[in-house]
Amino acid sequence: MDKILEVRGLSKVFGKGCSQCFASTGPEFDTNICPHCGSVVAAHDLSFDLYKGEILGIMGESGSGKSTAVKNLYFDQMSTCGEAIFFDDDRQWDLFKLNAAERRWLRNHRYGMVYQNPNLGLNFGISSGGNIAERLLMSGLAHYGQIRERARELLQRTEVMIERMDEKPGSFSGGMQQRVQIAKALATQPPLLYLDEVTTGLDLSVQAAILDLILEIQRELNTAMIVVTHDLGVVRLLSSRVLVMKYGRVIESGLTDQILEDPQHPYTQRLVASAL
Amino acid sequence: MNTSMNYNFAFLDEYAKKEVRRSILKAIAIPGYQVPYASREMPMGRGFGTGGLQLTLSLIGVGDTLKVIDQGADDSVNAVNMRHFVEKVCPGIDTTTHTADADLIQSRHRIPELALTEKQIIALQVPYPDALVVVESSEEKRKIMHGEADYSRLLVKLYEDIVKFDEITVSHRYPTRINGHYVIDPSPIPRWDVPKMHMSAALILLGAGREKKIYAVPPYTVAEPLAFEDVVFRVEDFTDRATGERRTCARCGSDCSFLDEFIDSHSGEKIYQCSDTDYCDSQLALRGEDAHG
Repeated sequence: MDKILEVRGLSKVFGKGCSQCFASTGPEFDTNICPHCGSVVAAHDLSFDLYKGEILGIMGESGSGKSTAVKNLYFDQMSTCGEAIFFDDDRQWDLFKLNAAERRWLRNHRYGMVYQNPNLGLNFGISSGGNIAERLLMSGLAHYGQIRERARELLQRTEVMIERMDEKPGSFSGGMQQRVQIAKALATQPPLLYLDEVTTGLDLSVQAAILDLILEIQRELNTAMIVVTHDLGVVRLLSSRVLVMKYGRVIESGLTDQILEDPQHPYTQRLVASAL
Repeated sequence: MNTSMNYNFAFLDEYAKKEVRRSILKAIAIPGYQVPYASREMPMGRGFGTGGLQLTLSLIGVGDTLKVIDQGADDSVNAVNMRHFVEKVCPGIDTTTHTADADLIQSRHRIPELALTEKQIIALQVPYPDALVVVESSEEKRKIMHGEADYSRLLVKLYEDIVKFDEITVSHRYPTRINGHYVIDPSPIPRWDVPKMHMSAALILLGAGREKKIYAVPPYTVAEPLAFEDVVFRVEDFTDRATGERRTCARCGSDCSFLDEFIDSHSGEKIYQCSDTDYCDSQLALRGEDAHG
């Protein structure tokens, strides 16, 4: 299998930081706030590999640093330290050493992102079709007919009613908005897709439909995905491997079945026990 | 009245003129880039064309001939007052209404119909210098977008236009890419005038006094209006829907100029007339010669 992403020692600190931040926070101290300088250690020493077409789950409670990990890789935030390499077809991108233009290029051409809140991923001032057009235009397509056609295909694929493609997403239901967001993220056929709590806040039947859609897309396009969620059901359904995070640290990682059936870390044991 | 006794030549002090000229040079060096400058207080409200006026005043010298236009006309309020002001504070300059005779043209919202030459400079008065302001309210973010030549959101605006109306309906301030990078707001000139900027022989300067920005389209520079590969930019066609023919100027009969629409006060009907009064006069003179000869 080909590797698509390699992350080593990714850390993110909010605040001025001090020399003791990393040594005095974490699950064993039961905090991620440094007692010496008050900085928040949102993630520390995160390392993992992701292979082409694989779905990796990142699981944990709120504030455990799971979203931070994705935000750093998607350049919504700048990492404090660490290294990440994205393996493209013909070159390797050292993610945390890129300049702004390279980061933007990578976001537009190689990444897709679906946020929990459609407000972040979609522009509510323009139509759903326009949202997808925006992404295609960013990647350099400048043919109106082709853009329109591609937008129609994508919305059809994500089961959004085509008659409504010229309506603003604000008039859609939450599940529909999420589908438009997925269509937008897939517009450039990215090899890597980030999903940050995509089904949170949706009702169960819609959740199931969205998860089905994600799985189908993964099989069709062989897209690698990082799925951030607090929902064990989502992890069980989607991901083959999972990282469990607490206080910014990975406390356990392995195959999803193994982690969910035979958790080793006491926190994971509690997490699994409380959910099942 | 000898007001000029009390004021420096061209109203602005020499340091102010020097600063504006320096900004102009920078604007020419980076085609389409908005150069910030210390816009001076002028003895008229901001929004009256103080940006264009400061360009004119810092460039004009004794012996130069100036033409001032407002919406194509030499005799409308803005143009008349600006011309008076420049005449008052710049003793030794000439003013004209003939496009061909002018060294320097200050214009509000039009580029003359007569093709400008290498010897001429046109200074346009600009209310909103940034084309991205319609899609992004934060100037900080707009600067990054300009730097990265990220104009996809402007194209989305055009996409939405085509979806709704089957054509691009932007009538003026048409976003135009200069020299393959920066997209400018070419001031509220109609679409008709946008192709005149492309490979223009004359230097085109744009000044926004209130927004404190100067930018330029240097001579012989590529200026392409934003459009799609299959939905191209087009200028106003002035076709009469009833007859299917192009409307002509009711005064001079020209069928190849930008037309203004008037309501005839007697008949109540719409009539059309050249927006560029100097052009209209010259066409009328030509016609007169034809009639005589």
